[in-house]
Amino acid sequence: MAEIKNYTINFGPQHPSAHGVLRLVLELDGEVVVRADPHIGLLHRGTEKLMETRTWIQSLPYMDRLDYTSMLVNEHPFVLAIERLLGVEVPIRAQYIRVMFAEITRILNHLLSIGTHALDVGAMAMVLYTFREREDIFDMLEAVSGARMHGAYFRPGGVYRDLPDRMPKYEINKFKNAQTVKELNAAREGSLLDFIEDFTTRFPVYCDEYETLLTDNRIWKQRLVGVGVVSPERALQLGFSGPMLRGSGVEWDLRKKQPYEVYDRLDFDIPVGVKGDSYDRYLVRMEEMRQANRIIRQCIAWLRANPGPVITDNHKVAPPSREKMKGSMEELIHHFKLFSEGMHVPPGEVYVGTEHAKGEFGVYMISDGANKPYRVKLRSAAFQHLAAMDELSKGHMLADVVTLIGTIDVVFGDVDR
Amino acid sequence: MSAKLDRLCQNLRDALGERIVSLTVDRGEVALEVAAAEYLAVATTLRDHPDLCFEQAMDLCGVDYASYGAVVFPEADQITARRFAAVSQLLSLTHNWRLRLRVFATDNDFPVIDSLMDVWNGINWFEREAFDLYGIMFSGHNDLRRILTDYGFVGHPFRKDFPIFGYVEMRYDPELRRVVYQPVTIEPRENTPRIVREENYGKVGDRG
Repeated sequence: MAEIKNYTINFGPQHPSAHGVLRLVLELDGEVVVRADPHIGLLHRGTEKLMETRTWIQSLPYMDRLDYTSMLVNEHPFVLAIERLLGVEVPIRAQYIRVMFAEITRILNHLLSIGTHALDVGAMAMVLYTFREREDIFDMLEAVSGARMHGAYFRPGGVYRDLPDRMPKYEINKFKNAQTVKELNAAREGSLLDFIEDFTTRFPVYCDEYETLLTDNRIWKQRLVGVGVVSPERALQLGFSGPMLRGSGVEWDLRKKQPYEVYDRLDFDIPVGVKGDSYDRYLVRMEEMRQANRIIRQCIAWLRANPGPVITDNHKVAPPSREKMKGSMEELIHHFKLFSEGMHVPPGEVYVGTEHAKGEFGVYMISDGANKPYRVKLRSAAFQHLAAMDELSKGHMLADVVTLIGTIDVVFGDVDR
Repeated sequence: MSAKLDRLCQNLRDALGERIVSLTVDRGEVALEVAAAEYLAVATTLRDHPDLCFEQAMDLCGVDYASYGAVVFPEADQITARRFAAVSQLLSLTHNWRLRLRVFATDNDFPVIDSLMDVWNGINWFEREAFDLYGIMFSGHNDLRRILTDYGFVGHPFRKDFPIFGYVEMRYDPELRRVVYQPVTIEPRENTPRIVREENYGKVGDRG
């Protein structure tokens, strides 16, 4: 009989299920993984270093480009950190808007995560349905910020502008006739809030559809159940957070435990897993989408009843309105200073951790009183989860590696920064 | 300061005593600094002491304090006595509190700090990152390789004296028919200069 040796293969960096540019060096014994060594950094752009050369507000759009599947939740800790350094008050309406959009992007993230995870392990249909809903969410983001993905909507001191009163509509063209356009525009006749509310009434039904496709699906369970089991103790040791930690049965959610913004006024539950395998983490994500939907509905109700300012009136931090800027010398100076030199943030350091769709997203900032940050460290959850790839995949089959990459929910903009 | 932070500070003083170099509370966050020699022992205490219980290390990053408060990178003889620090953010799920742990490397030319990999296994990649970007050596780390930069990269890009444009750029050479490295051809430019004003300039917090 021939002598069989372990051999090493390259998984990625251009493998379709590598979720971007993950190069995974796998040492295999037959088809069993002996060692997994992820090589990252192929998308490293030096965001943190770039931030040191930009003013505080100029750095904000970089946050969208980290985890490009959940943009506004990335901006959240960044603006919170600047606000804590500055000590500015944020209008309550702005806080509700931020929370609402953070939850909308959480749904956006989980839709992509579950859809592509199913695609990776062989369920083609799922991604078609989840991307249908993502389209609606992109329309919401476009209506509010003008950009479908990279919104730069959260600003230090509030949000860029108030929610619009009307939704952009489809127009008749050679691909869409009057009847189609009328159906597409049915939900878009009112304001943005009406459109979001319509979405939240439809969304639980969509979730049921996904569950029909996956939850009891025999193949889906065969691929996920018992793959990548993490005990609660190991999950803590490895620094897990978010759905990865909750999937292992640790009830820990920063929105509940260390509430920021208005999360303490909202009613929602934290789902936890039992066995800590990939299937439990899928169920946790599924339930998180339903809970996010609940939060959005509460925010809509509050926002309808309570108009008000959406950004601080401290013009050392946030620009004055165009109207005021054109009419008053002082406001003109504020505007000019803010967009040329930028604001000066008092010396000090803060760490703000928020519950990102993937886990704890932390921003550690050091200011030395200049118009630019001295040091920014972005702590992304997926980086930490991917570090555990070796431990997760040891002893599993080669095909399970694909399941594990999906369950970690990696996005390389976020891991490589 | 809230009662909870008071209790955390008191517990830290009781558990660590003389080993605390400084303990500050700022903007509702507790920061602890320890000496490099005590670092590993302090970390173990922080994790295991029942009144502290920091089960998780959420983050660790390197910081280069060489040009702190300055506009340009200072001359070699004016660099602060201790340049490199490793800052970690610890979290206790039991008590629901956070702590920032800072340690300065004693030698600027060859910064060495103990690795916390055995205390919190998850800190592995964060230490690799700090090594890659700042050149801080973590003694006791079993796999201290570069992580984010390219294979064969020279230097530590996040140090304050490393230019933002780098030293080399990469392009495809059609004659050699391969990718080649060459010195950067980009003109360095700075659109918004870095400005450090006097303290409380503009009085941002309390409305000028």
